[in-house]
Amino acid sequence: MYDKLWLIPFFPLVGSIINGLLGKKIKNEKVIGGISTVAIALSFVVSCKYFFQLLGDTDKTHESIVASWMSVGSLQVDWGFLLDPLSALMIMVVTGVGSLIHLYSIGYMHGEEGFYRFFSYLNLFCFSMLMLVLGNNALVMFVGWEGVGLCSYLLIGYYFEKKSAGDAAKKAFVVNRIGDFGFLLGLFLLFWTLGSKGVWTIQFTEIAANAHLLESGGVIVTIITLCFFLGACGKSAQIPLFTWLPDAMEGPTPVSALIHAATMVTAGVYMIGRMCGLFAMAPTTMMVVATVGAATALFAATIGLAQNDIKRVLAYSTVSQLGYMFLAMGVGAFSAGIFHLMTHAFFKACLFLGSGSVIHGMHHGYHHAHLHDDPQDMRNMGGLRKKMPITFITFLVSTIAISGIPLFSGFFSKDEILWWSFGSNRGHWSLWLLGAIAAGMTAFYMFRLVFMTFYGEQRTDARAKDHIPESPLTITIPLMVLGVLAVIGGYVGVPAILGGANHIHHYFEPVFGEAIKLNNISAHGSHATEYALMAISVGIAVFGIFLAWTMYVKNPALPGQFVAKFTGLHRVIFNKWYVDEIYDALFVNPTKRLGTFLWRGIDVRVVDGIVNGVGKLVNVGSMLLRYTQTGYVHNYAFMMVVGMLFIVGFYILR
Amino acid sequence: MITVYHYMAVSAILFSLGTFGVLTRKNAIVIFMCIELMLNSVNLTFIALSRHLGSMDGQVFVFFIMTVAAAEAAVGLALMISFYRNRESIDVDDINLLKW
Amino acid sequence: MELLELLFFYLVAFVAVLSGVLVVSCKSPVHSALALVNTFFCLAVFYVMLSAPFMAAIQVMVYAGAIMVLILFVIMLLNLGADAHRKYTHGVVWGAICGILTLLVTGFFVKRGSITGMQGDVTTELIQGFGHTELIGKALFTDFLLPFEITSILLLVAIVGAVILAKKEV
Repeated sequence: MYDKLWLIPFFPLVGSIINGLLGKKIKNEKVIGGISTVAIALSFVVSCKYFFQLLGDTDKTHESIVASWMSVGSLQVDWGFLLDPLSALMIMVVTGVGSLIHLYSIGYMHGEEGFYRFFSYLNLFCFSMLMLVLGNNALVMFVGWEGVGLCSYLLIGYYFEKKSAGDAAKKAFVVNRIGDFGFLLGLFLLFWTLGSKGVWTIQFTEIAANAHLLESGGVIVTIITLCFFLGACGKSAQIPLFTWLPDAMEGPTPVSALIHAATMVTAGVYMIGRMCGLFAMAPTTMMVVATVGAATALFAATIGLAQNDIKRVLAYSTVSQLGYMFLAMGVGAFSAGIFHLMTHAFFKACLFLGSGSVIHGMHHGYHHAHLHDDPQDMRNMGGLRKKMPITFITFLVSTIAISGIPLFSGFFSKDEILWWSFGSNRGHWSLWLLGAIAAGMTAFYMFRLVFMTFYGEQRTDARAKDHIPESPLTITIPLMVLGVLAVIGGYVGVPAILGGANHIHHYFEPVFGEAIKLNNISAHGSHATEYALMAISVGIAVFGIFLAWTMYVKNPALPGQFVAKFTGLHRVIFNKWYVDEIYDALFVNPTKRLGTFLWRGIDVRVVDGIVNGVGKLVNVGSMLLRYTQTGYVHNYAFMMVVGMLFIVGFYILR
Repeated sequence: MITVYHYMAVSAILFSLGTFGVLTRKNAIVIFMCIELMLNSVNLTFIALSRHLGSMDGQVFVFFIMTVAAAEAAVGLALMISFYRNRESIDVDDINLLKW
Repeated sequence: MELLELLFFYLVAFVAVLSGVLVVSCKSPVHSALALVNTFFCLAVFYVMLSAPFMAAIQVMVYAGAIMVLILFVIMLLNLGADAHRKYTHGVVWGAICGILTLLVTGFFVKRGSITGMQGDVTTELIQGFGHTELIGKALFTDFLLPFEITSILLLVAIVGAVILAKKEV
């Protein structure tokens, strides 16, 4: 029934290998892009089949073992896949959004150097991501986890001839490494703790089944989950490890859309969902997760207020939205978190692809006019809604969705999160407050983005402004599909008080239900409270939009006056709270200094000294010993006699 | 009464003389002769012990040693002739290619 | 009678050692060779005294005859006289130390050691009655037949080697 699950990651792997090995020879962009897109589309088809098969099945957890990986003592690790509602939804998102972005990339990457390389990496990423979400044990998940990190590194550094791209790639890799370290530590500790109780396993189903062996709320489980959360922080760009994600925008825009918005960065959320049994047992960790999530949501939103690079705004928005997901996970609203993951994948992918479309058009215009202005700077845009109608409409729809305006997908998921963070027994009104303020800021900076880009006077250089075309079909089709999804994607989770059935909640019942029930996580509150909260958050969002409209459409001079009044604040926010500088001073530079010391002091002096010293000693020794080899027969004879005397003498005098 | 130890004492003296000669002489042929001297001292020991123990084995060994000595003489002297042709000398101080 | 025998032994031993000294010390190789022949004769006398007449005969024939003739022949062939201008020794001090040490060691061996071999059944009477040559022959062709045959191969190899090495052009 479910024994062909391996096909899902298999297709992208094949596509990646074909393009990686033969792409340089194929040269034809349509063929290369076609191979990759077909590969991921096939995965999507297979995923659909299994998804709907799972929907109709009463048994919701299925494992499929392909091969044994290793067998050490009583530990058995397999190349196995696990299909349950959680992973089923994830593969749908990954392959679905992935297919659209592959299609988009054919148009967007047209004419780029290393076209085949891009598609090979992209397919490899899909493979890794699918391994991550489908793996039935933590080790296969870790393979995927590292694989997506590698692909992220490769794709951020796609324009490796640019120093900033190379640096950003390295930064992403190194910061992710810190998180991976936490992941591994957590895994080891979990493995040993369970092992000491007699269960040597890293399989998710068995971990979940044996989680009760750990002391609920105890120190051990708290440390384990905190370690895992550190891993999630690295991958999903939460405080304190979020700095790599905005820099990751150096990569091509489809990469930002697929990896740094829709899929990879949500791996941390997915992982917490996978380990929900453990996390639910550790209230302290949950509190940390929720606090970090809410703080990140607000913090990143503040930075997003003042950025001028279109992709950077979206990047901080992503960090902020990921914060929402962690907030949801932290207050026990696992299904709401995953729900937001899904809707976010739709509208954020659409936003990124839309921004890509804008950049593509701007680039086209500048190219035509032989200018070298920054095509990503919003200060050079404006009034593009007439030039790029499709891009504009889809972008606007997604912006409304992310702002949490009712009837659009983002509203349902975000509202669910906010409600849980207020009403859950693991939540707190302050968490709700942080989330609500962040929601308002989100609405403000997203509409600021829309207004600066699409409304008002066209601020583009006069020579280029008439040569900005609407993007080709390969770009607009994914935009339209994602735009539609951004609208309707939320209707699977319409909450009960709005007359919905909250399908998504019931859908995730087999995965999260037990953990929630065992640890008594629930949200309580009257309908009136719920309505009120909903109204407040919508009100804040509308206020944000109104503010953005006032400042950027009605009275474009206002932002300048505002900046002039709050120069200091603006500078701090514009420079991202100087987090990078603080990290440089606190961690990076001391580490560099330590490295230089180890290099100059320890390595060159001590290690090389010992090595060269031994070499010199041998050299000198052989120079001396050389003189014993005279080549004269009588010297050898003499030595022989001396040796004989020694031996015989030894036996006599013994 | 002449005992086996008398013979062995003579043998020891001759052997030490041979060793001394091998180590100190330069002429390859003289070295060769010194080796023969050492071999002969061993022969004497063999025969003396053979008689002392009342067994023929020692004497048979002397027989073999003589054969080996004869073969050695043939080959060794041929080597010297060959060497002399190349170097116009059979001084062992001139033979020092066996280094490094 | 025994005293006379002992006296004779000492005389022969003295001559043998003296000849040995001459072998080592003579400057001319020819003189060394002649001294060596003398030593061989002395040893042959010892062999007779040890009632091993066959070995004595071989000693004279093979060593004093064949090998020494060969050595002398080579000396003559290469025209090696005593070269008055060159030192004919080197490392005398170290050689002497080594020689004396060797003497001490072997002396210790003779003095301290004990003979532990199995006592055989060959007596002087048997040798005189049955004959020494016959006893050797019996041993060679029964117990030591295989080594004896191998010896012949060794001699063959030596002949071939000598011819090859001494040939003018290979």
